Amino acid sequence: MADLAAPAAQAEFQYSSAEHQADTAIAGMWLFLASEMLFFGGLVLVWLLLHRFHPAGFATAAAHANLLIGSINTALLLTASFAYALGVLGARQGRVERIVPACLLTAALGVLFLGLKGLEWKLDLDEGLFPGAGFGLRGPDQGGAELFYSFYWVATVLHGFHMVIGVALVSWIAWRAWRREFSRSYNTPVEVVGLYWSFVDLAWIAMYTLIYVAGRA
Amino acid sequence: MSDVEALPRSYVTEDGTLSSWLLTTDHKRIALLYFASITAFFFLGGGAAALMRLHLISPGGAIVSHATYNRLFTMHGVVMVWFFLVPAVPVTLGNFFVPLVLGARDLAFPKLNLLSWYLFMAGGLIVLWSLFWGGLDTGWTFYTPLSSNYTGGYVVLAVVGIFLSGFSSIATGVNFIVTIHRLRAPGLTWYRLPVFIWSLYSTSIIYVLGTPVLAITLMLLAFERLFGVGVFDSTLGGDPLLFQHMFWFYSHPAVYIMILPGFGVISEIIPAFSRKKLFGYRFVVWSSVAIAVISFFVWGHHMFVAGQSLYSAIVFSLLSYLVAVPSAIKVFNWLGTLHKGWIRFDAPMLYALGFIGLFTIGGLTGLFVAALAADVHLTQTYFVVAHFHYIMVGGMVTAFFAGLHYWWPKITGRMYPEMWGRMGAAVIFLGFNLTFFPQFLLGYLGMTRRYASYAPEFQVLNVLSSAGSVILAAGYLMPLGYLTWSLFRGERAPDNPWGATGLEWKTRSPPPKENFVTIPIVTDAPYNYPRPAAQHG
Repeated sequence: MADLAAPAAQAEFQYSSAEHQADTAIAGMWLFLASEMLFFGGLVLVWLLLHRFHPAGFATAAAHANLLIGSINTALLLTASFAYALGVLGARQGRVERIVPACLLTAALGVLFLGLKGLEWKLDLDEGLFPGAGFGLRGPDQGGAELFYSFYWVATVLHGFHMVIGVALVSWIAWRAWRREFSRSYNTPVEVVGLYWSFVDLAWIAMYTLIYVAGRA
Repeated sequence: MSDVEALPRSYVTEDGTLSSWLLTTDHKRIALLYFASITAFFFLGGGAAALMRLHLISPGGAIVSHATYNRLFTMHGVVMVWFFLVPAVPVTLGNFFVPLVLGARDLAFPKLNLLSWYLFMAGGLIVLWSLFWGGLDTGWTFYTPLSSNYTGGYVVLAVVGIFLSGFSSIATGVNFIVTIHRLRAPGLTWYRLPVFIWSLYSTSIIYVLGTPVLAITLMLLAFERLFGVGVFDSTLGGDPLLFQHMFWFYSHPAVYIMILPGFGVISEIIPAFSRKKLFGYRFVVWSSVAIAVISFFVWGHHMFVAGQSLYSAIVFSLLSYLVAVPSAIKVFNWLGTLHKGWIRFDAPMLYALGFIGLFTIGGLTGLFVAALAADVHLTQTYFVVAHFHYIMVGGMVTAFFAGLHYWWPKITGRMYPEMWGRMGAAVIFLGFNLTFFPQFLLGYLGMTRRYASYAPEFQVLNVLSSAGSVILAAGYLMPLGYLTWSLFRGERAPDNPWGATGLEWKTRSPPPKENFVTIPIVTDAPYNYPRPAAQHG
């Protein structure tokens, strides 16, 4: 049944129908995420290679990574993805009133993640975990540990940047949903942003594994 | 003064305000924005090259200091690679013709297309700032530890600019792949797609999957440059060679980003001017895809003498031979198309034939440097410089001009002056060979690249090469002159001046804003050229 209150989906002139345009937008986001995979993939390669050269330095360094905050943040992001998925489900079923609370919860969890990440960065800096002249971990494995933290800072700042974009996008969806722009027949932006958000979540799971778990033993 | 007919209503005349151009989402207008930008970059990079050739007239160096020379070759490389060759055909001819050849009204994501131009311009201006403000002397390859620890130039700024232009490439790649999948006209099946589309599809795969690796590599480099420590820092036990691996993982496939669109252009022109079906269409199509795939596995041939293991060097050498096979298939197929064709020597065809010859020389000399033993002798010499300029300039730039002349009537609604076009093609061909053929000999004799001075016995060949560069420069200025002239005074172009197949010729010249009044329906294979009536008596 069509939602009569919602505005009809308008396709741009190169598309034959609104469905045609919607499917195309989703395909575009998948392809962009393939590109993002290789972006983060380069970092994973760096980790694998340097970890192989410096297992002891990486173990020393990883032991100083803040497992507690890292784990809480992982839980926050998984919950955020779950919340957003409820919004997507609501959109598909035409229960568009669910989109706004789902987005707000997702964005709030995302902001909380960034806040905790900021706290963790501050604690790291206090501990001297930034590579270079003032590096806090001394000893024979210092070089490997500095390499680990070079990776750590690039990876977490890059991921944090993706999170900022993600929170902005989710808030934008909330705003559009609040203006009643979505309906069962038109909710492509909700889906597309969901794909991006899930990718940022997945990228974090990979980073969590590399930073806090693997190499700690 | 001849009577010049005014143009009818079209995408050009739709709305003349500046904001209608700068905020346009029309793929044809974005192509023109890109065209203006890359033309400026081409002449900037070319100017740097001309200065270098002038400098190398005398063994001690004639005009600039050694430090300036280093900056010149860096500027030449950075500008030409990232701001001309990598984007050139896709963002101009591709942007303009992908929707037209597909029978679509626009690309899938017109706003993303405009964003890509802004990213490109932002990146380009930042890079120019770094080049003119501080100067860069690392070469376009930015090898560590020179780029991270030793050089005094504005590496971080340049890297930010290249990073941004990389995301412009990714945006273009995503747009093309999705458009080719989703916006083909009714009846336009995959095997009815012209090779130009297949080539850009293959190029886009590399844009999407290769560029992000360059992006992360440059990010790691910027971090190291800013903070003095990083993953490529050997004093910590990091690996400077890792930079080279990651850099070439993008930058070798990038060579195919540069040449694959050229293959596509040539595959359109050869059948059109031979009045024949493209010989072995499916082989040409799949060799494009094969090149895109194999190109990801040959990067190590840039590092034969850099200290990788002999076993990986052998594997990379073999894989590099392998990638030559699909390239050779294309050359044979073009020759097969010419065979028993009704050949016309219009300017696009002259450029295309020049391309085949120059690309073949560039490709075959590529095998010399892919051979391990020969490469030890030839690496870092002018032989390598000559080899890749035969591919990039002799191949790619010639293909770009071929395509530009071929589609000029469609883009502008005007014919270029044919006689000038043919002369331009001939001058460029001569100038190019005189510039770069001596460099094969110089390299073989042992003259190393990237030095501001050289041993006196190399002077004769260097002077020949510099003389050639003057002819080449004149050759490149000719199209700039007569094509600009034709914009205003050129003869009005018919819808299909070459009698070519392809949907882009089925609409007006220049096309209306919406491309087609009614979307065409495709019923047969591409290059279905009718055989002309028997010519002989």
